[in-house]
Amino acid sequence: MTSAYTQVLYASCGVLVLSGIGLVWRRELSALVRLLAVQGAALALIAAVQAAHTADVELAAVAVIVAALKAVVLPRVLRRVLARDDEPREAVPTVNVIASLLASGALTLAAYAAARPLVDLDPTPAGKAAPAALAVVLIAFFALVTRRRALSQIVAVLMVDNGIAALAFLIAAGVPLVVELGVTADVLLAVLVMQVLTARMHAHPGLSDLDDLRELHD
Amino acid sequence: MNGWVVAIGQPVLIVALAPLLIGWMRVVRARMEGRAGAGIGQPWRDLRKLARKEPISPADAGWLFAWAPPVLLATSLLVAAIVPLAATTSVAGGSADLIAVVGLLLLGTVALALAALDTGTAFGGMGASREMTIAALVEPTLLSAAFALSARAGSTSLAAIVNAGVHHPDRLLSPAGLLAAAALAVAVLAETGRMPVDNPATHLELTMVHEAMTLEYAGRDLAMVELASAMRLSLLLGLLANLFLPWGIATTTGWAVLAVGVATLVVKLTLLGGVLAAGEVLLAKVRLFRVPELLAGSFVLALLAVTASYVLA
Repeated sequence: MTSAYTQVLYASCGVLVLSGIGLVWRRELSALVRLLAVQGAALALIAAVQAAHTADVELAAVAVIVAALKAVVLPRVLRRVLARDDEPREAVPTVNVIASLLASGALTLAAYAAARPLVDLDPTPAGKAAPAALAVVLIAFFALVTRRRALSQIVAVLMVDNGIAALAFLIAAGVPLVVELGVTADVLLAVLVMQVLTARMHAHPGLSDLDDLRELHD
Repeated sequence: MNGWVVAIGQPVLIVALAPLLIGWMRVVRARMEGRAGAGIGQPWRDLRKLARKEPISPADAGWLFAWAPPVLLATSLLVAAIVPLAATTSVAGGSADLIAVVGLLLLGTVALALAALDTGTAFGGMGASREMTIAALVEPTLLSAAFALSARAGSTSLAAIVNAGVHHPDRLLSPAGLLAAAALAVAVLAETGRMPVDNPATHLELTMVHEAMTLEYAGRDLAMVELASAMRLSLLLGLLANLFLPWGIATTTGWAVLAVGVATLVVKLTLLGGVLAAGEVLLAKVRLFRVPELLAGSFVLALLAVTASYVLA
């Protein structure tokens, strides 16, 4: 009989990986933003479960910040970008969807294989789930390389960040509150800058397909 | 004794229930679309009407065309006898692993596809080639999901997997279990020709898959094909329900337990059928060229389920 802690931890890691795979699966940009919100919630749940398990107040505070920012604020910012967009679908990705899905399956297996020593080092439930976070980083990076639209690339960058944060929560039981606050502020700033950038790009050539972009006027 | 009752009773039960399930799903659909609908018993009335009419074969059709409906019906009956639907105590329980069930269902599919080719019509050939494409993409998903489930139970026997689910309910909610459930659900939709993959309500459309293969059948043969496909839907839905929500199934011998098992099976089929029908109202059919994407996605889910069942065990 596994404990409730392990169950919730594994289930939220599963949601984390699934939303990563959803990123390479779905084409509608609004679906990508929804997936990002779901992944943010799963990440906050991982932090909360770890905080409850280790009785760590600081980590609980981090969980609340993560939930607010990654499950609510960032998706809302992106949705505002999306509302101005009149082409709510991904252009044809450089690698087709079937190949991307199979590649993300292979990347997950690679993450598990590569993280073997890590799991051996820390054979707790959290340590065993760590390869899932690594898989999210790899899959999101793959999506970042193969997607063309600016918004999907922003979502992919945020998912890479989610994966790294999940890895920190699972292996190191979180980072100090100050560091987490700094990283969180950085991410928010980066997204706001990217939002402005996307809006500019959209105002000028009319498209946010990065391959069509030659220069940026102001 | 009880094992034989289960092995004979389950096919009888499924034959009786399968057309009613189709009727129930059509009623749910009709109500959600604001129509009155024909009632739950309509598929049975259709089958009775068809069974009274003589079968007509196309001039060029050979023995494959004549033999496909009995083969399809026989494989469905055999699967109904061995899989745990109302009880896990069937006599053939030990030999009924998921791989054998997948093989039996595929045998029926191949028989029907060969019969469709045998007629030599354009629609038959198109339907057969599409059905084989989908089947070839679904089988890896079914087998890897079966692998993930059997790693959990330590056996590929369906009865053992369902028993393990009854005794260790915490394992059902593990990531491996949830991923395998999602993968199997998509595979079942594709295998039974339901909505995102094939539209069961169409006749004479260029995109049809299952209906294109059965176009040339008439009378008694058509009744057999229709009954067999209705049975496959009930079987796969019942199996899906029992693999992931095994509560209520009879795991011991005894008439009272068996009655509870039958009742819960009916409830599970009603609920799943209702959800499926409601989903079909809201979903649009996926373009034929997008179907491989959907199936590749479900294969990745099954692959992750296998990975998770070994790493997070």
